[in-house]
Amino acid sequence: MSDQPAIEVAGLRKAYRKVRALDGVDLAVPTGSVLGLLGPNGAGKTTVVRILATLLAPDGGTARVDGYDVVGQAPQVRLRIGLTGQYAAVDRFATGRENLEQAGRLHRLGRARSARRAAELLDLLDLVEAADRRVETYSGGMRRRLDLATSLVSRPSVLFLDEPTTGLDPRARLAVWDVTRELAAGGTTVLLTTQYLDEADYLSARIALLDRGRVVAEGTPSELKARLGGARLTIRPVDVADGQRVAAAITEWSRGAPRIDQTNGEVVVAVDPDPGALADALHRVAALDLPVADVEVGRPALDDVFFSLTGPAGSGYASGGAA
Amino acid sequence: MSRDAAPAVGGISALVSDTWVMTRRNIRRHVRVPAQLIYSTALPVMWVLLFLYVFGGSIQVPEVDYVLFLLPGILVLATAFGMANTALGVAEDLADNVLDRFRSQPVSRPALLLGRALFDTARNGSALLVAIGVGFLVGFRFHGGPLAAVGAFALIVGFGFGFSWLGVLLGLWVRDPEAAQTAGLLFAIPAMFASSTFVPVSSMPGWLQAVANNSPVTHAVDAARALTLGEPAGRPVTAALLWTAGILVLAVPLAVARYQRIGH
Ligand SMILES: Nc1ncnc2c1ncn2[C@@H]1O[C@H](COP(=O)(O)OP(=O)(O)O)[C@@H](O)[C@H]1O
Ligand SMILES: [Mg+2]
Repeated sequence: MSDQPAIEVAGLRKAYRKVRALDGVDLAVPTGSVLGLLGPNGAGKTTVVRILATLLAPDGGTARVDGYDVVGQAPQVRLRIGLTGQYAAVDRFATGRENLEQAGRLHRLGRARSARRAAELLDLLDLVEAADRRVETYSGGMRRRLDLATSLVSRPSVLFLDEPTTGLDPRARLAVWDVTRELAAGGTTVLLTTQYLDEADYLSARIALLDRGRVVAEGTPSELKARLGGARLTIRPVDVADGQRVAAAITEWSRGAPRIDQTNGEVVVAVDPDPGALADALHRVAALDLPVADVEVGRPALDDVFFSLTGPAGSGYASGGAA
Repeated sequence: MSRDAAPAVGGISALVSDTWVMTRRNIRRHVRVPAQLIYSTALPVMWVLLFLYVFGGSIQVPEVDYVLFLLPGILVLATAFGMANTALGVAEDLADNVLDRFRSQPVSRPALLLGRALFDTARNGSALLVAIGVGFLVGFRFHGGPLAAVGAFALIVGFGFGFSWLGVLLGLWVRDPEAAQTAGLLFAIPAMFASSTFVPVSSMPGWLQAVANNSPVTHAVDAARALTLGEPAGRPVTAALLWTAGILVLAVPLAVARYQRIGH
């Protein structure tokens, strides 16, 4: 075994005209492990994946896959990688089988091996029944599974999955998860991007938290949770509009900005695990004299880490804070 | 062979194999959704009939029946309009998510573009055959013998291949599929009318003659016409071949370079 990571990214920068998409990203993914690249919309996840997959040239920094530079040695990189992009990249007018065989031919597997590999993958991703139907008749979930299958044709040693389950129903999501775990168990290095904390938690050995083009935290899921420590206080006022007032009242005890769920006014803060502090915070809320539907004290979850480290503009959430 | 050869490192065999995959991909698409195939086959037939019966009576060409004059021009026209389809097809390929898959795989770089140009050339060829068939029904004949007939066909198809690379370039430049197709037509329509396709160049005003006489379309039409009429064809054929080669020499490297720069 070599010590060289399968994916090595240092100081990666990329701007689209004025938008600074990546602002110095560093990552290292050991061979055979799964890294979850977690971040809200617009964090730069797709940009990282596209650079690693040789589709986009970075403005600065370096990226290597299996030791090969993605810019200078792109052909070697392409021999080793598989890419399942954010949008299914399959031919609509071809059948599932034809898509897979075509990918086999482009990887120079020859006719017979392409056909055999296609049959294997149709089986693996539960597409046997639909194999000879045109992709335009497939559901979104079937397309994504076919897309994943297509990126596995060449048995890549490094696999990029860009939000592979976004928009999938729970069953299709589980199917993608199962395959990802099987591949990882078989030694494939996987870089997975996701907006879903549970997905990153479940699939990844390590998680890198990406926010506005920077990695703001990196570690195992439990390390990240431990980093936050403390307790998690949730208060849900009866009136959604009271969320702001509750947040403002307890912001003094909060580590990081309180966050408010705009749909139901629920306020979540991370607090020190100190009964006195907790009691003070609750007193302050009581002093507001507004109706409260629910109060809960619990342990921090991965999403608390996520929201304490990434600023405003999370999906569906907005941070409150002393207004 | 007694031992494994080194794996083929790209090169010609990869280019041939990948180009075939890409060409077949286009064939599959157009056979399954044949609307475009039908339109582009019907178009030259329509031009023949319209020009023959609407303008045929009023357009005077020296010495020959108008259909003999018109048909070679229409055949070249069909390939020039094919260019707009090529521009559309390339722009569609670029907008398609599948492009990311091809570009992240070890696919020979020019294969996607070459596969498109070859498919469109084959489609041109079949549309030409249909137009020639209809031409025979309305009085067209090859007067230069079978060899000249085959030569005329090959010359037009070859010219169409050259022209299709202009379509590839347009598709790469314009990117938006509908805009690319319109740009192709904006290019093809004046190129057709400012040429010897429908009327003799000598009937045009002086400034337009200067344009038409230096149009590659005029050279291709004159060459095809000379071959089908059985007239001496050496000069126009040479000119048409030179124009075709010139277009290819310029457009292919430009297009491939442009394609390679995507993402950079
Ligand atoms: N082609 C592009 N042109 C301009 N801006 C872009 C382009 N692609 C992405 N961006 C911007 O770059 C940032 C990062 O985008 P992206 O990598 O797609 O994020 P994510 O995948 O995490 O949602 C966003 O602000 C996005 O709007
Ligand atoms: Mg994305």
